[in-house]
Amino acid sequence: MALAQRKDLLGLRDMSREEIEMILQTAVPMKDIIKRDIKKVPTLRGKALVTVFYEPSTRTRTSFEIAGKYLSADTVNLAVSTSSVQKGESLRDTIKTIEVMGFDVIVMRHAMSGTPHYVARNTDMRVINAGDGANEHPTQALLDLYTIKEKKGTLEGLAVTIVGDILHSRVARSNIYGLSKFGCDIRVVGPSTLMAPEIEKLGVKCYYDLEKAVAGADVVNILRIQKERQHSGLFPTLDEYANLYMIKKDKLKKAKEDVLILHPGPMNRGVEISSEIADGTQALINEQVTNGVAVRMALLFLMMGGTRDESTN
Amino acid sequence: MELREKHILMDEMDMKRALTRITHEIIEKNKGVENVAVIGIRRRGGPLAYRLAERIEAIEGVKIPVGILDITLYRDDLTLMSSQPMVHRTEVHFDINNKIIVLVDDVLYTGRTVRAAMDALIDIGRPQCIQLAVLIDRGHRELPIKADYVGKNVPTSRTEIVEVKVKEFDDKDAVVIQEKIE
Repeated sequence: MALAQRKDLLGLRDMSREEIEMILQTAVPMKDIIKRDIKKVPTLRGKALVTVFYEPSTRTRTSFEIAGKYLSADTVNLAVSTSSVQKGESLRDTIKTIEVMGFDVIVMRHAMSGTPHYVARNTDMRVINAGDGANEHPTQALLDLYTIKEKKGTLEGLAVTIVGDILHSRVARSNIYGLSKFGCDIRVVGPSTLMAPEIEKLGVKCYYDLEKAVAGADVVNILRIQKERQHSGLFPTLDEYANLYMIKKDKLKKAKEDVLILHPGPMNRGVEISSEIADGTQALINEQVTNGVAVRMALLFLMMGGTRDESTN
Repeated sequence: MELREKHILMDEMDMKRALTRITHEIIEKNKGVENVAVIGIRRRGGPLAYRLAERIEAIEGVKIPVGILDITLYRDDLTLMSSQPMVHRTEVHFDINNKIIVLVDDVLYTGRTVRAAMDALIDIGRPQCIQLAVLIDRGHRELPIKADYVGKNVPTSRTEIVEVKVKEFDDKDAVVIQEKIE
């Protein structure tokens, strides 16, 4: 299925390798636009995009907004915390209200898994999932894949270690779905209390020892530790977590010499990543943010630039 | 839809001669090639631009800058197309400000591609002027656009398709007219 024929982008699980490659390839010329003096092309003139985030976000929301603007779409952010949602308006009514204003695409984040899927079934707008509960965060994974491919030249067969709170991480899940389509050797590592049960069924190897998990790795993708989880009894203290799972120089000895370090942000320095690594030459954290804009531009163009064949939806 | 080759408009030698003449015209019109750069419109304008630059170098002994412009994001018919075109990179690795830019394309038809190319060009700088060189002008303009350099003027009907073949992408150098068979 071609992307233009797809109404929504809800996750990477049901996306084909060809579709992912198309997005990554289209993001290359989009990145050139971001680096120009005049950062604007007229492609999506007359299209309207709304971001609706029921959970906080800096990077994802802002980058969707600027990606839309660079392509000349009109973009609006619905500030959920000051909206009628606070007066008790139902999700369905909020979505309908937005739809009848004429928006073409809604980018949404919600704490509950499956919310974008529910919305997608109940609106004519295109829906892009910007993170739903512990399910998926497809555009984060796409920008991670882009960043890795840009540096390594290929994704094929790379060893990628995902570190941290696997249980609650939608970033981990989308990355696993994406990377597994390119034959990557995917390893996940973290405390057993934060390991998702049956995650091996997705074709990944499970580790509890960080040094073993990063041995021979081409890429280490570090997840954010959600500090609020400390009180849920899933791990004793942040210090203990840092001792065992923080990525610092001596933990990476067995990784490939040119190992790439990714982190979706925001970082907890001294918890999941040391400052030395975060500010080091192998860390691509800022580059990921730039690439995130390029990838989202590619996605918006591919979804809205052409004609949608209604019969194939 | 099937296509039938109806007529060969130009063979390899005809193309060579036309490009050589255009080269001389570019040099003559601009009184040399100081400040001149050529930019081809993707896809077949690219190789043609490089060929013009080679000829200019052979005649004037000056290497002029060459670039390739991708106009996909500037098209006015994106929402009308059934299949989505691939976006490629624009490769203009020199400053176009205050340069004389010769835009190069294979076929001039409605003029919409050239309109898009001018918009794309102006977004990366402010040339002193933009000139247009095409291998074939087949008429049927929908916008007020005229070429400065033309390889061959060919009266056509709208049902015909003019195809420029270049060795870089196709099996040979040639220009052919094709007709749709219903």
